[in-house]
Formats: sequence, structure tokens, C-alpha cells
Amino acid sequence: MSDEYEHKLEAKSDYTGDASSVSTPDIDAVPDAELPDQELYHSHSWWTTYVFSQDAKYIGIQYALTAIGTGLLGLVLSWLMRIQLAWPGLGWLEPSSYYQFVTMHGMIMVVYLLTALFLGGFGNLLIPLMCGARDMAFPYVNMLSYWAFVVAVVVLLASFFVPGGPTGAGWTLYPPQAITAGTPGYNGGIILMLISLILFVAGFTMGGLNYIITVLQLRARGMTLMRLPLTIWGIFTATVLAMFAFPALLVGCLMMTLDSLLGTSFFMPAMVSLGETLTHEGGSPILFQHLFWFFGHPEVYIVALPAFGIVSDLLSVHSRKTIFGYRMMVWAIVGIGALSFFVWAHHMYVSGMNPWFGFFFATTTLIIAVPTAIKVYNWILTLWRGNIVLSLPMLFSLGFIVTFLNGGLTGLFLGNVTVDVPLSDTYFVVAHFHMVMGIAPILVVFGAIYHWYPLVTGRMMNETLGKVHFWITFIGSYAIYFPMHYQGFVGVPRRYFEIYDSPYIDVSTLLLNKFITIAVLIVGAAQLLFLYNLFASARLGKKAEKNPWKANSLEWQTPQMPPEHGNWGKELPKVYRWPYDFSVPGAKEDYIPQTQPPSEIIGAKVEKT
Amino acid sequence: MSDSSLDNLPKGWKSVPNDLGSDQTAFKGVQWGKAMMWIFLLSDTFIFSCFLISYMKGRASTVVDWPNTSHVFSLDFMGVPVPLLLIAIMTFVLITSSGTMALAVKYGYEKNRKMCGSLILATAIGGLIFVGMQAFEWSKLIHEGVRPWSNPFGAGQFGSYFFMITGFHGTHVSIGVIFLFIFARKVFRGDFDTGRRGFFTTMKSDYVSIEILGLYWHFVDLVWVFIFAFFYLW
Repeated sequence: MSDEYEHKLEAKSDYTGDASSVSTPDIDAVPDAELPDQELYHSHSWWTTYVFSQDAKYIGIQYALTAIGTGLLGLVLSWLMRIQLAWPGLGWLEPSSYYQFVTMHGMIMVVYLLTALFLGGFGNLLIPLMCGARDMAFPYVNMLSYWAFVVAVVVLLASFFVPGGPTGAGWTLYPPQAITAGTPGYNGGIILMLISLILFVAGFTMGGLNYIITVLQLRARGMTLMRLPLTIWGIFTATVLAMFAFPALLVGCLMMTLDSLLGTSFFMPAMVSLGETLTHEGGSPILFQHLFWFFGHPEVYIVALPAFGIVSDLLSVHSRKTIFGYRMMVWAIVGIGALSFFVWAHHMYVSGMNPWFGFFFATTTLIIAVPTAIKVYNWILTLWRGNIVLSLPMLFSLGFIVTFLNGGLTGLFLGNVTVDVPLSDTYFVVAHFHMVMGIAPILVVFGAIYHWYPLVTGRMMNETLGKVHFWITFIGSYAIYFPMHYQGFVGVPRRYFEIYDSPYIDVSTLLLNKFITIAVLIVGAAQLLFLYNLFASARLGKKAEKNPWKANSLEWQTPQMPPEHGNWGKELPKVYRWPYDFSVPGAKEDYIPQTQPPSEIIGAKVEKT
Repeated sequence: MSDSSLDNLPKGWKSVPNDLGSDQTAFKGVQWGKAMMWIFLLSDTFIFSCFLISYMKGRASTVVDWPNTSHVFSLDFMGVPVPLLLIAIMTFVLITSSGTMALAVKYGYEKNRKMCGSLILATAIGGLIFVGMQAFEWSKLIHEGVRPWSNPFGAGQFGSYFFMITGFHGTHVSIGVIFLFIFARKVFRGDFDTGRRGFFTTMKSDYVSIEILGLYWHFVDLVWVFIFAFFYLW
């Protein structure tokens, strides 16, 4: 559009012909401000500063710490599960507690850690800073969003203390078993789980509205959508997905709560339980699966898209190279997001639905591989002949590419109906989704924390500890999940709390369980090292210079670092370019921040963005 | 952005790529709160769609026949059972309240406090009448033995879906009514003229929030039309 506009402008000035009246156009011009400067909320008490804070940066840190704390519990649960699997003779766990731990581990990691950390944590911290806004559009509601999340976490954790303990229905909470006698927590824990999820959705909606609107309506002058960092594109698209996917979860949870508390039969067929005919009749268990996976599959991308976006920025900054195919990357993110709503039933191939229905979903699933592959190629081409600095964020980003590729390829196996049927409910599935939406996004989380830590604390994290953390985590997670692929092929079923001797499972396969568990404990210990680094560096870390990574995006261009309340001092930033002008020929430095006006870099061959 | 520069923007479909390709705001001249309400409503649409699609699936797969709705929802009028009588009145009241809301928005932007406030009050009263009639309908059905888990007319899922969906919608209406009363008070007190700050949000009041509330109210009415069609007419 701008090209055409400039042509017209030139043509017009030729037409007037009066050279004296036409001054040289100001090359630093940006469009006039459309909006008055945002009015900020200023806290004036201890409570409104440190507890009910309305500053998005602070809320982001609150979100991140709460999510990481909850995730730590999920980590401990996984240790207990693995110890049980490796040494069932120890008798650490009852079968029922094993199921409860599987369920809580899954739900905590997917929803309360990853979703909350990526969108609530990084979203709140980075969206206003990277878009050049002073804060979110509606800070009050943003604050409510965090506290709704806290209440959701408290309700979730409370289920450990009710009679019967937390639910043991598996993180998918399939009825009828989730609310039928025989499943742990069928009349107490499950209710708290459902209420907690409803609270989470309500809280997330309040935050999500803020993230979307801040990106759409509160950008800095000159910041077009196509100049946004890919981090923002990832978080923005994931938030849109969440706004449309969480409703299905909310409805499913509400209906199951009514089934359990009021005795309705939305999901409950006529059943005989413990020798007694239940009063339920005529409900459809498959309906819940559809509702759950209509949420559940976009949820995978709610976790993955921010990771895609963040990793693109990390790769670009730490290899001093323009991101390859920026527009293609944006459209791939949007395309993956849109397609993710048309693939949900590939989680239900063995649910008894019509096989032709399965083939439709297999097709859409394989189509998603196209934009995903584009992204992987573009990451590799971004690295191609780049000045790769093996800093911590770069190491974790490289680890992400490999791990994501690995998990993505096994996804192609499982996406095909005929291959999926024998593999479903085996450890192959466990290995697949842990690789693709467990390890891969978590590696990005680590990379992002090492990258943006100075922005939050003004100090760098310890490099040596970080490298130890990376290598143990990276190699360790392969030691954990590679053997699981093999176990799955052999046919070891998932969700069994003890694998018995059976004709088709060798002793050697069982021995692998011990190996995996030892790897789990080592990797787990490395995470404690990371936590030490995270908290100790806030005090002991090396003081960071301003813009320590020499990045272009706006969050590093604030007058103070770490940025103060209101982010930008007196004047909002003006943006002249995209955030990927690295190693531009003819430029003095190897990076050109988004705020640097064209008049200061005359002679540099920047791309027109 | 001044109004004159808004007039120079492309119109119709051309405005879409223009808005999306421009800086600062993707929707030119739209206050952020209004855009936020639209996105919330889109999300809420998904909630109601999930409810209604679940209802269709549930109704299609029950083992017992679905109750005859024109019989269940009929009201005795002078000894004659008239199907859908109550619902017709409810729908009429709710849709009329949408009209008064639209007028309130108009008078709000004209800064006609008296008309604006009274029309918001009228809308709120329309909503109250609707919720009242819904309570009447619920109690009538409960007296006839309809429960969320069973009913004497047919499939038990009838009561489940009926109470859940109309209850969820009724909650939306009730929340709307509460906000309408709050806003009526704010209009009469002149908050929108003086830019008085919100008690919780500490943000300046602006007449645009009446339009935002109006969006919500129209949405609630629109959802009712679908519930009406799928529940009472099917």
C-alpha cells in the first residue's frame, strides 16, 4: 500500500510543479498519534502495589511464579509415578494414587503451567512492551484475571485434601468413569477439578481479552501488524485460539458438574455399577469427548504457538540474522491456528466413531504438517550462515527445533487412523506428546527465561549453571522419551501402575523402566539447579547492561532497564522498521533497533518493512 | 484521530486490508472497550453454540422420546391450552427492550441525559419482566414434575438441557439487568458528562460504555432468538 501511496504522492508533487513550495519529505515521519496517551493506574498502597497490582509487567511475573510453583508440584508427581513404575516392589504408591498423580500431573502441566506461563506470564510481560504500549488496555480486569487464576489453583490443590483425594480419571476426565464409583475422587476431587477449570477459563477470558485488544488497538506509532515480533504473533494467535476453544471446555465441565451433583444424564448412559443399576440413562459419553477435544486440540497449539513465536525471535537475535520468511512465518502461525479447530477428533480414533469420520480428521491433521514444516524450514534457514552465538537462549532454541521435529514426526504416525489404532494407549503416545508439547515448549520457556531475565531483574543468569542445566535437560529428556517410543511399539500400555510379566513384554523392556526413572530423577535435579539459578541470580547475578543481547525489539529500548511503571517515560516510542534488521550491509552496528529513525542509518541497505 | 481523517479512509471491503495493514489500531476509530466487548461476545457465542450443539446431539441420541414441546410449553388461557403463549410474550418483551436500548445509546451520544437514563431504565425493567416470566415458567414446569434429572413427559435430558441452557441465558440477562441499573444511575448522576472515575476501575466514564453495554444486551437478545427457535419451535 505504501508504495502505491508514495507513487501517487510523487505524481502529485510533479503536477503542482512548484518546486519551492514542496519541501523534501521528512523520511523520519510516522503517522500522527491516533489515540490520546493511555491513562495509567497508579497504586498508592502496599496492597495495590504488591498484591493486587495492575501493572502488566508485575502481573506477568505473578502469573509466571504461580505457574512455575504449580508446575513444580507436577514435576514431583512425575518422580513418584516413575519410581512406582521402575520399582513396583517398593510399594510407594497405591494404584489409586498412581492414577491421581497421572491426572494431576497432566492437568497441571498442560493448563496450569504451560498455558498460564506462556499467555499469562510472557503475554503480560511482553505484549505491552513489545507493542510499545504503557500497559494493557484494561489493567483492572487484567488484575482480576490473575487472581481468578490463583483461586483456580487453590481449588485444584484443595482436591488433595478432600476425602477420596483428587480425581484419578486421567487428564481427559472422560465420563462416565470420571464420576462413577471405582475411579479415585469420583465424588469429591472431580468436582473441585471441574470448578477449578471453570474458574481458570473465566480468569483466562479476562486476561485474553486484554492481550488481544492491546495487540490490536494499542500499538505504538509506526508499529504495523507486520512489524510485530513473532513472539507477539504467537501469543496473540494462541490467545485467539484460547478464546474460542475454552468455551467448549467450560460447557463440558459445567455439564459434567451437573451430571455429578444434580444427577442429570448429559454424558451418562444407563449403567450397572457395583451390581446396582444407576439412575442415569440416555446420555452420550462421546459428546464429552467431542467437547473436550474441541478444546483439547487447540490447547496443544495454545501452548505451541507462543513457543514458535518466541523461538523465532531467540533464533534471530542470537544468530544475528533476519528471520527467514517473516510473512510466511506469520501466515503459518495464523494458518496452524485456524486449522487446529478442524482436527480434534484425531484424538478419538478408537472411541467408536464412524471410520470415515476418522479419515476426514486424518486428512486435516496431515494438512497441518504443511505450515508446521514451513516454520521448521524457516528456523533452519534463519540459522543458515548466521553468526550463531551459543548463548543459553540459542542452545535451548536449537534443542527445541530438534525435539519439536522429533515429536512432530511421531505425530504423523499417530495422525493416520490405521497406524494410530495399534499404537493408541501405548507409551508411544506418551512419548509423542511429551516430546512435542512437553519438552519442546518447556525448552523454549527456559530459553525465554534466560533471554528476558535481565529485562525483569536487571541481572544476567549464571551462564555455567545454565549450560549444565541445558545439557542435562536436553540429553536427559531424550534418555527418558526415546525408550518410551520403543516400549510403545512393543505394546506396553500407558496408565498401568505396574507392568506385569507378560508373553509380549520382555524383561529387557521392563528394565528400560528403571533406566527411564533414573534419567527422570537426574533431569528433575537439574531443574532444581535452574530454580536456584533463577532466584539466586536476582541478587548475585552479573549486572546486565542495557539491551544485553543487542536486540531490536521495543522491550529493550525503554528509557530504564528494567522498565518502570508506564514503560516509556514521557514519550511513547516511534517505530520505523520490523525487529529483524540484523547484520544489515552498510550499517554501523550489526543491529538496528525498531526505534532508530531512517535518517540515522542512511546508507544501510535495510529491507523495507 | 480526528473525524475528518476517518472520513478519508477507504470504505467497504477495502477498509479491511487497510485497517489491518496500518499502525496503532487495527479498527480505526473504534474505542478499545467496544472492540473488547465484540471479542468477548464472539467467545460467548462459542459457549452458547456448544450448549445448543450439545443439546441437538443429546436430543438426537436419547433412548426415550423427546417430550412434545408444544404440549409442555403451553399455557392455559381462559381454559384453553395455548401453545407458546408465555414464550411469545417473553420474546416480545426482550426484543422490545433491545429497541429501547438502541434508543438509549442514541440519546446518550446526544448527551440527552434524561431520555438516555429513562430508556436504560425501561430496558432494565424489560429485562426484569423477562427474568420474572422465566422464573414463572420454571416454577410452572417444576410443579408439573419436570426436574433436571427426569420429567413425566419423556426423555430426562429435556429437563437437563432446558434448565441448564435457559438458566445460563437467564444469568446473562440478570447480569445485564444489574449493569443496566448501575448505568441508569450513572447517567442520572451525570457521570458520563463529568467523566467521573469508576469506583473499581478508576477509569473515566464515557458515553461509549452505554453503547458497549448495548452490544451485550443485543447479543443476549439474539441468543434468546436461537434458544427460542431450537427449544420451543423444534
